[in-house]
Order: sequence, then C-alpha cells, then structure tokens
Amino acid sequence: MELIFEKSSEDKRGIKLPHSDVPQAAALEKQYLRTGTTGLPNISEPEVVRHYTCLSRTNFCIDTNFYPLGSCTMKYNPRFTEKIACIDSFASIHPLQPQLVKGGILTQGALQVIYDLERQLSEITGMHSFTTQPMAGAHGELTGVMLIAAWHKSRGDKREYIIIPDSGHGTNPASAAIAGYKVKTIKSDKNGVMDMEEYRKALDGKTAGIMLTCPNTLGIFNPHIKEITELAHSSGALMYYDGANLNAILGKARPGDLGFDIVHLNLHKTFSTPHGGGGPGAGPVGVTKELAEFLPTSRIIMRDDGTYALEYQKPSSIGYISPFYGNFGILLRAYAYILYMGRDGLIEASENAVLNANYLKSRLRERFNIPFPDGTLHEFVISAKNFADGGVRALDFAKALIDRGIHPPTVYFPLNVREAIMVEPTETESKETLDNFIEEMIKLADLAESSPKIFHNFPATTPVCRPDEVAAVKNPDLRYRVGSQSQL
Amino acid sequence: MSYVPNGNDTRDEMLKAVGCSGRIDELFSSIPPELRAKSFDLPEGKSEFEVEQAIRNLGAKNVNNLTYFIGGGFYDHYIPAAVDSLSSRGEFFTAYTPYQPEASQGTLQAIYEYQSCICSLTGMDASNASLYDGGTALYEAAMMAIRITKRNRIVMDGGVSPIYRKMVRSYTHNLDIDFTEVPVCHGQSDRGELFKHLGKDTAAVILQNPNFFGTVDDHSDIVKKAHENGVLVISSVYPISLGMLKPPGEIGVDIVTGEGQSLGIPLSFGGPYLGFMATKQEFLRNMPGRICGATTDKNGRRAYVLTFQTREQHIRREKATSNICSNQSLCALRSLLYMSLLGDKGLKELASLCRDKAEFAKDSLSAIKGVKVLRSSPTFNEFTIQLPVNANEVIGKMIERGIAAGFPLGRYYENMENYLLIAVTEKRTKHEIVRFTDALEDVLWS
Repeated sequence: MELIFEKSSEDKRGIKLPHSDVPQAAALEKQYLRTGTTGLPNISEPEVVRHYTCLSRTNFCIDTNFYPLGSCTMKYNPRFTEKIACIDSFASIHPLQPQLVKGGILTQGALQVIYDLERQLSEITGMHSFTTQPMAGAHGELTGVMLIAAWHKSRGDKREYIIIPDSGHGTNPASAAIAGYKVKTIKSDKNGVMDMEEYRKALDGKTAGIMLTCPNTLGIFNPHIKEITELAHSSGALMYYDGANLNAILGKARPGDLGFDIVHLNLHKTFSTPHGGGGPGAGPVGVTKELAEFLPTSRIIMRDDGTYALEYQKPSSIGYISPFYGNFGILLRAYAYILYMGRDGLIEASENAVLNANYLKSRLRERFNIPFPDGTLHEFVISAKNFADGGVRALDFAKALIDRGIHPPTVYFPLNVREAIMVEPTETESKETLDNFIEEMIKLADLAESSPKIFHNFPATTPVCRPDEVAAVKNPDLRYRVGSQSQL
Repeated sequence: MSYVPNGNDTRDEMLKAVGCSGRIDELFSSIPPELRAKSFDLPEGKSEFEVEQAIRNLGAKNVNNLTYFIGGGFYDHYIPAAVDSLSSRGEFFTAYTPYQPEASQGTLQAIYEYQSCICSLTGMDASNASLYDGGTALYEAAMMAIRITKRNRIVMDGGVSPIYRKMVRSYTHNLDIDFTEVPVCHGQSDRGELFKHLGKDTAAVILQNPNFFGTVDDHSDIVKKAHENGVLVISSVYPISLGMLKPPGEIGVDIVTGEGQSLGIPLSFGGPYLGFMATKQEFLRNMPGRICGATTDKNGRRAYVLTFQTREQHIRREKATSNICSNQSLCALRSLLYMSLLGDKGLKELASLCRDKAEFAKDSLSAIKGVKVLRSSPTFNEFTIQLPVNANEVIGKMIERGIAAGFPLGRYYENMENYLLIAVTEKRTKHEIVRFTDALEDVLWS
C-alpha cells in the first residue's frame, strides 16, 4: 500500500485551525528558525481517514481473530472501559493540576481511582501496597529490581546476582541487568520447573533476588514454590513475582500468600486493557509491608477526613519511575473492569481460562507432542520437533494458521522446549472457536506429514508472505525519504 | 457476565472432555490447599451502567472546568475528531505487537510512517517505534550515550524538565554514573559552566529546547564544544515547536528525545503518553526499543517488519540494549494521525498561532503593575513571569476564578517562589487571555 507521504500534494491540507484573534508576533531571529519543510504530508482529511482505515484492515486483531498467544493473555477488550477512559472529567485533566493547590483537592476523583485500584490489586495479589507508576510489565520489573536494590542497600548489604529460571521471560534478565545486577540462569528440570538442586547451588549471600513466573511459561504451578521462597528468605534474598500469568490463578492463589515480596502485574493481560498493537500497557508493582517505604514517589494517601492527597516526602523512596502516576487512562480501564467483574467474575475468568487451556490440550495431545503435559493451568506448550525433522517447523505452523484466520500462538518460547508452540486461549473464547483451532491444527499436522514443502508458501492469503528479515537489517530502510519508492 | 461465552452445559461438556468429574476447581489441584488464597475480598460485580455512573461520580470530584494556562511539558492542544475515531478502530487497538508481519502490516506501516514523521520533524536519520514517555526516553538516551562512548559522566542542563532530571537520576541511582547538573543563567544554558564539564570523561550533555522556563535557545555552540571532546549531545524537544524552530538534527545533536503528548494525545492525568527518540545512522544499533523497517517479501512485494531485533530483550536477554518490551503503539498511531491531519502547513501554522497567542499574553500580563515578564531570551508558547508575591497564593485565588494560571516554579526551584510558568496553546482565545490578565490584576491589587 502507498505511504501517506506519497499521497501528499502541495495544494492539499487537512484540518482547519482556529482563526487567529491576536496580532501576529514579531518573528524570532533566523538562527532559531526552521527554513525547510517539516516533512509531514499535506493531505485532506477524507484521504487520511481512508488511508488509515484501509491500513487497519490488513491487521489481525482480537475483534476479528482468535489469538492463542502464550503468555500474552489476549482476551476480549470490553467496549465500555474504552468509553470510560474517554470521560472528559478524567481525560482532560492536566497531570500537574493536583500540585496547583496543596493537598490535591482539585483532582479528588482521579486520586481516588488510583487509591482504590491500589487497594483492589493489593487484595487480588495478597500484597500490602501498590504503585501504579510503571507504564508496562517490563517497566514494572525494572521498578521491582530497583526496589530489591534499595532494600538491600538500606540494610548495608551489597549483593550481586539475580536468579532467573531459563523459562523466564526475556525481560526478566534484561531488567535485572539494566538495574545493575548480574544474572544467574537456572535450568528447568524434567518436570519443566526450576531445577531445585541447581537453585540451591546458585543461591548464596550474594543473591539479591529471585524472579519467578508462577504458573510458569509452561502453564505449570511450581510444586516447590514454598521451599523456593523459604530458601531465598533464609539467605536474605527477595522473591519477585512476574505477574504475566496471573490470569491463571485469580482467587485461587495469591503471590503474597506464596511468600513473594514484590509483584508486577500486566493490566493489559489479566485486566483486559487493550494491547493497542504493542502498547500502551501498565505494570503496577505491589510489595510487602517491609518494602512499602521504598515505593516510587509520589504516593497517594487517604487522610483522616476521607480525602486523598499526594505524598512526596518519602526519604527511602526509589524516586520517580514515571513523570506522574503511571498510564492513568489504562489504570482507569482496569479499575472499571475490576468493578464490573467483581469477585466472582474474576474467579470465573481464571476458571474458564484454565478450562479452555485444558480442553485444547486434551484434544491436541492426541496428535501433538506436549513435553510437559501435567498440571496445566492457563497455557501449555507444544513441541513441533517431530514435524521439524520432516521440514515443518514451529514457524511454518504459525504461518499456516494465519491463512486459516487464526493468529499464531507464541513460537520458539519458552527456550527450554524445542520448536515451542505456546498456546493460551484465555476465557473469552467459545468452545466453537477452540474446536475450530483444534481441527485446523490437526489438519495441519496431517498436511505436515503428507506435503511438508507446501508450508513454505504459507501464508498465501495475506498482503505479504514471509518478508525478508535479513535484508531488512542488511539494507536498513527505516523511514520514508522524498523520492524513495514504496511500490516495488 | 464475565465475558465468558461458554454456558454451563458447554462447560460441563468440556470438563468431561478433560477428565474432570465435577467441579471446575479440580483443574487447580496442582495448587496445594495450604497455598490457596487466604482472602479474595472484593465487591460483587456491577453492570456497565452502574460502573459508569460510579466512575462519572468520581469524575465530578475533579475540578474540570478550569481554563488552562498550565504546561510544563504537557499541553492542552485540540485533538481532531478523526484521531479518536481512527485510533479506536478495533483493528488497531485490539491488535497485538506486530511480531507476525503477515498479520500486522497495518500496525507496521503505521509505525514506519510514524518513524518517518519523527525523523523529518527532528532532522534525524532514524527513529524507534516509541518509548513510554519523554522522561524514560531521556533516561534511555543517557544510557545509550554511555554505551556508545564507554564513559560514565552525564551532564544535565538546569533547563531540562526537573521531573525528567529526577527520573533520570532515579533510574541510574544504583549504577556507576556521575551526574553533574548545571543551573541555568538568566533562564538560558550557562555556557561558561557547561563547557567546564564537557571533557573527555563525559558521555553526554543533556539539553532541552525550549527549556523548562520556555526559553528558545540556539545550542549549536554547545554541540560544537561537546563534539570537540567526543561528548554526545542529547536534546529533549517539544514537537509542536518544531513547526517553527530549527530541527535539532541541523545543529548536529546526536540523540533527540521528547514527549509526544501534544501530538493528539489527551492529557488524561499523566498518561498514557509517548516518548519519541531519534538518532544518527551511526548510532542506530545502540538505540533501544522496537524499530520497524521496510523490506520485500518472498514474492518481491514491499513489506514491513520489526527489525534489528538482536538488540532486544526477547533475543539478547541480559545483554539487550534495554529491557523494554513494548512501544506506546496506539499513542504513536494517534500522533501519526495528528501529524497527517495537520500536515506540513498545518503544523507550521499551529506553531505560529501558539507563539502569537503567547506573545499577546506576555504583553497583556506585563501591563499589570508588579508583574515582570522575563524577556532576556526568546520563547515559544511558554514563558516565565515574576510576581510581587508568592505564586502559590496567586494560583489558589486564580483557581477560584476558574483559571489554572500556570505552574509555580518554586515547586522545583529554590528562590523562585514568586515565579510562574505560563503556557498558551491555540485553544486559548484572546478573550480568555484578557480575562486571565484582569483576574490576575484583581488578585494582586484589589
């Protein structure tokens, strides 16, 4: 499709600006001024609307497709939370407004939303306090590791390592590293959970913390979790809970009860805020009582008279993680979602997410290798290694599914399963959708055995097929330049 | 009730299929009884209508009829209706990260177009697909400069947003990085002091234009001095001002960052916003965040993909350039829609309109006895005034008159208790500016 810039023409223009009702100011001196074009396209509004509407139609999305993406929790995004995020008395409030008059009296409603959401998330996870500042899951992880560092520092304890199992999300080691820690990776055992012997060996007085996902990326609830947290605590390390998979256990288990000290949540997963094509998300972080003093500034407190205020004087705080209170528009959506679902609705969500995953697994097991088939909660991992030997890899299954109107599951993750295909259906899919997925997967398995070569032509129904990613790196083309051709 | 399509009969059927004899809770048998949730004390669910009413009632507790003359890096610009309408298409907002290019050409082409706009607006070679916000973008830029130069000193100009300076320092608190902050002199970058710190051990100097006080500066002398000693220059910019001001790329800035909120994103009490980042070609591989590139598919068709992924956490894990695992994709889309709807001509006109109104406000306010407009250097749409009394008191009284009169600089700067930072956008009418002036005069002198 043509680029918006190629539809630009000097004699066109988009929206009308307000008529100027003030005198024209004397121009700035030349040294400050732009002389050329800004490079933005000159184009009419009807053409802008058509261009982006047509672009949008080349996307897969939850509204149109099943998205069994493991660890991503692609569930339905309710429409009413979108409406609520647009309510003008929230959407138009300037973030500095509470600082204009002492005590935040100008934004009591917004402060209460954050305060209430922090209380709700604390109850859901069994933690003492929450901050809503982190703007994504990985951002929450970084915040969490900074909290670990602040806690050790406050005790005059210098520690060097964070322990992470090899099935952990890539963001875990990356977050630990940019916060200044070295990473010790622990292999998974034959049951798909962190190897306890290796863990005991790795854990020592230099270990600052352990980052775990529970259930892990194989969908398995770690049977050693109590022992893991106890060992960590006895060696002075903190337990970090990666909340990417919380959708599996709402109302069933809580990280706080399991002995975790720090938790991050992905509101765009468990609490149904939209993924937006890659963001924005929100990654609130919860902590135990002992760690609360280190949470980022500012903090929202409730005064004795029931009003809310922002507190800035927190000497132990790790400081400013976001400029204000986090991605408020996302927080508001999650708040509305939790109010709508209520206690029973959230439990029902997890139960059905787990039922859907188990249903898929039980039917797909007959035809596919599932290396860790027991104890599945919200997701499970297929290994396509048998098919790969015949020439059809996990990626080929993924591409073939696209032609069948199904967004591919996560592939090649977790790293401890060869040719991994990681499936998470979520609770918002019907049995009909699951049955269709099963049928298509089985048909593809048959096809992989009978005509493996045909897979290299998939997908055939999409605007493009298997873009050359190597060429994209070799000859970087990262922006439009006047005169460059998009139509090849 | 909870967006679960399957009814009870279907669930029973499925339970049977997975070998469960009765209750769905059996599926959770891997969680031992002693580790079960000790509490899950949340209210019963409500209907859409009830939730909406409850939240509207909370919204009514915000004071939301103020006329904004407040900015500080976050501005009250008008958002064209088409931005809301297009960005709320389900195909955009309910899509996942475009890791599967065949299923995501719409998102990918939009990112490519966004990157193109950011590059041409800033005068840089390469942009990423966006970061969380302007502050985290600045922190990432500082880390990037440290990686490139292998030096560990960062110099920050006092005109950089105090909020961003606090953020950068918070993030790097546990790392072995030396920070030097150089206070401004008469509202401008203090060359004499800054130059002392641009030595061979400095990784980067961080500037902002217009700076937090609203001052427009020509930083080319600082860039020249920095480059003589291999120091990189990072500049945080306000995108609307780039409709008028010289793009930072033209004076040789190495990494440009900024807050993209003003490009069609609602103020929304602090987010979600958009951090943009652009750099020179030579530093591309050190840039954090997703990047979209154009290539061809197996049939020779043009195609867009996420590229240079070997920098990223899902491949490199602890050796990645950053831990970021998202971009503010929907906000980047909004900014692209906004920039497309304005176009080159529109953005230039908008920039002039904002500055004209700000200059009018300056003239209007400086006529008030005891109010001094700082005019030592040029400004764009935001400027600083000195009041004869504490700005906090004035602001409180102005709020009673329905006006958010600006931001009190004493909140972040010592000895500036009487100073007020005032922003004017195209939404402010002459009438509102006159009313602001009259109200301020009234508050000060009657």
